[in-house]
Amino acid sequence: MNVRLYVWQRATAAVMAPLVLVHVAIVFYATRRGLSAADILGRTRGSIVWAMFYGTFVVAVAIHAAIGVRNVLAEWSPVSERHSGILAAIFGCCLLLLGLRAVAAVVLA
Amino acid sequence: MMRLAHRAGVLWTAALVHRLSGLALALFLPLHFLALGLAIEGEARLEDFLRWSDAPLVKLAESGLVFLLLVHMLGGVRLLVIENLEWRDGQKQLATLAAAVSAVIAFIFLARVF
Repeated sequence: MNVRLYVWQRATAAVMAPLVLVHVAIVFYATRRGLSAADILGRTRGSIVWAMFYGTFVVAVAIHAAIGVRNVLAEWSPVSERHSGILAAIFGCCLLLLGLRAVAAVVLA
Repeated sequence: MMRLAHRAGVLWTAALVHRLSGLALALFLPLHFLALGLAIEGEARLEDFLRWSDAPLVKLAESGLVFLLLVHMLGGVRLLVIENLEWRDGQKQLATLAAAVSAVIAFIFLARVF
């Protein structure tokens, strides 16, 4: 892994650590009486705060996971480093698009 | 002959858990996003999915995901601290504590959803 990817992976990890804690707290809160679509969308619909919170989370996780997948492919599979980078970039882009689509779905629904 | 004795170490196991938990989370995330994206088709569609997720096996898997998320996050924070702050002894104990805290919280989650 080169220095640029190393810094991005660590920076996104630092951004996500507090987001993960808040997310787990939300998961506990949301499941206290069982999950329902009405409860979830009631919290998120039209909320700029949740859009920014989960939007940031999605961007950070797409970068972080793509770098991680690249490292696993390069170190644990016969795929070359260059192709690992290409596959991981595709994976990261898919994750970003699906994640932003999910955020839009619960905020704009 | 390849020396494999280090693989019995707590910190080697912690590194393996960190990598495998990250990989599992990376595989789960697209499914998680697709599930939430069902809200595009309407609240009822998301509700249908959530009722499917009431199945005991799904709840068990969810508590596993809570464990994976926490153990990956706490393991990552331990690495960030090692890399950016002064070295502290007791890394084996910290890695074990991270796994234990994650397991306890995941178990509490499991007990709450059942």
